[in-house]
Amino acid sequence: MLAGRRARSRRATLARLGGISVGGSAVILALLIGAAMILGLGANPLEGYGELLKGAFGGTEELAESAAKAMPLLFVGTGICVAFRAKVINIGGEGQIIAGGLLSTMTALAVPDLPAIILIPLVLFMGLVGGAIWGGIPGALKAYLGVNEILSTIMLNLVAVQLFNYLLRAPLMDPKQIELGTRIPQTRRLSENADLPILIEGTRFHLGVVVALIAAAVAWFFLWRTTTGYRVRAVGASAPAARYAGMPVKRMTMLALTISGALGGLAGACLVFGSETHRLQTEGFATGFTGSAGFNGIVAALFGGLHPLFTIPSSFLFGGLLVGANAMQRVIQIPVDLVIGLNGLIVVFVVSSNTLRERLSRYMSIAGEAAEHEEVGGHQAPVVDEAGPSEPTDAPDGGDDPVRTLESEP
Amino acid sequence: MTDFLTVTFTVATFASGVRLATPYLLAALGETLGQRSGVLNLGVDGVMLLGAFFSYWAVLQTDSIAVGLLVGIGVGLVLGVVYATVTVVFRAEQGISGIGIFLFGLGMSALLFEEWVGTPRPISSFDKLAIPLLSDIPKIGDMFFNHNLLVYVSMLLVPGLTLLVNRTTFGLNVRAVGETPEAADSLGVSVAWTRAICILIGNGLAGLAGAALAIEIGIFQHNLTNQIGFIAIALVYFGAWRPTGVVAGSLLYGLVTSTVNQWKTAGLVTGAASSFTTMAPALLTIVALVVIARRTAAQPAALTLPFVRGH
Repeated sequence: MLAGRRARSRRATLARLGGISVGGSAVILALLIGAAMILGLGANPLEGYGELLKGAFGGTEELAESAAKAMPLLFVGTGICVAFRAKVINIGGEGQIIAGGLLSTMTALAVPDLPAIILIPLVLFMGLVGGAIWGGIPGALKAYLGVNEILSTIMLNLVAVQLFNYLLRAPLMDPKQIELGTRIPQTRRLSENADLPILIEGTRFHLGVVVALIAAAVAWFFLWRTTTGYRVRAVGASAPAARYAGMPVKRMTMLALTISGALGGLAGACLVFGSETHRLQTEGFATGFTGSAGFNGIVAALFGGLHPLFTIPSSFLFGGLLVGANAMQRVIQIPVDLVIGLNGLIVVFVVSSNTLRERLSRYMSIAGEAAEHEEVGGHQAPVVDEAGPSEPTDAPDGGDDPVRTLESEP
Repeated sequence: MTDFLTVTFTVATFASGVRLATPYLLAALGETLGQRSGVLNLGVDGVMLLGAFFSYWAVLQTDSIAVGLLVGIGVGLVLGVVYATVTVVFRAEQGISGIGIFLFGLGMSALLFEEWVGTPRPISSFDKLAIPLLSDIPKIGDMFFNHNLLVYVSMLLVPGLTLLVNRTTFGLNVRAVGETPEAADSLGVSVAWTRAICILIGNGLAGLAGAALAIEIGIFQHNLTNQIGFIAIALVYFGAWRPTGVVAGSLLYGLVTSTVNQWKTAGLVTGAASSFTTMAPALLTIVALVVIARRTAAQPAALTLPFVRGH
């Protein structure tokens, strides 16, 4: 038994290495295409990428900045892991970040005088609640009314942006802006008691980064060490099987999207209270506030094999890319948008490489297990299995095969 | 309140609604064909953005709207080849790969705009093409028969696509591939090619939709579409995968948008409150999705499922 387990975990490690190399190739391929584009635009790609690397990982300050940029990606990416494991596609990260940012901001405006030790946890919690509401709505709509969650989350992004614009232009606007008549759509400087403490002096490495790391660890524990997390994964692997085993499939679907949204909301709260201005402001679009983390978090999660712990280094990498892109723009005048476009390519490459990955894992002699798993999951293997670097059931940290354990459950 | 009504129910509002519906309609019709063949393309918005940028840029260079439209279609076709490779050859998860295409389009259109154009310059917009006799009908004429050519083309695509899907061998293949690819395959229909062609047509139309939008507005800017592509996908669900349903939804969206614009122009909705009117289409879509969710029978059975022979 133990030997079998060890062998399985060794195979899983091999498969994961294979998965990472496929993911790595996707990034390299995207960067090569990016280099061709930079060249086409009349700049030097080597110089550009050199600046990008230096700007992202060149020193303590740069590393801290990359970590701060990675924070929302890690929150959203972790949420994506939870949702995708339940076979729920959450495209609503942008809206969930905004919802969390708004609710936590309103909290800080309502009770600014609470001491930091109470106010900081409170605003973070309210961010979580805001995101949970914004994720819970499409979750409930999907679970109980069968509404396609991809479309509903996208639409809720649009609703959130406009709500954000409205609130910052009217009720939440800085009284000083109204007084002066400049009417910049932003709040006043939020209570200093809610400022997220900077943990490394002279950098932007604030408490939010640590909270994000904890969230990823908790998500891993939830998915692989708790009964509810196990049910979430079972629903994702095969909803009919989970239903047959008496699991509350609908509730799990809703829960997965709610958790996913809650993590996005936390990102929103950390973005507000970890920002340099310590106020919430709008430019009319979501991107100004979220930095497109709702979408880039998906990239990070996919690259991390939809595993919360692997999403940590993955988020750091993509956070670094975004920070480095700014440095690149300063030197070779290629806009940051390049990195957004390349992120899109990476997504396309990673999901396209599934066929390749399947062959690779078969080559590494886990064909028996994979085939067994596919039989259970029906002819369409669940997304969580395909996109992960290894079969999730083979993961060393989640060795329980949902189907096999199902039988032993009362 | 009466102000709202008098501004809303005018010929001008209606006519502008029909015109504004065109990008939605073109993109949604393309998506309809793709989904009937079993492929969900979430990248429509990205294709529209790139189509819009390149056609804007082409018009800026050549001052010819025809060239702009062709460039838009061309960009769509190129991205169609990419998406067909990704979904049909590599059988990638469609819900996610489309988001990749969207991000690609979002980033690249902004990048190229910054690099090649920089400061926004307006381009010439469509010429009106009044249809003789029909445009003379009071009110109706101005509502429907006094638009640019593309409006008519997109409207004619509705019966065209209906006929294609319901009355031709190719259309039969498309439906078969979208419902039961195994059966279609066993009868010698190439699932891969049928889907690839549908993706190509769909993306070409999405590129055209982007071109239509950019030329209609006469300008390009970052994230010009503002998620119209995603609303177009929702319209396919809204229209229950039938071109006639899709055109009804598109017209509704065009009308809502033009009405909101008229309210703003008339000063009926000012300042912060305009956010709520901008929000309206998205809320409407969610409501529509809830209503439509009960009609799952209309959904192509093999939607989003990659086809692997022998499974």
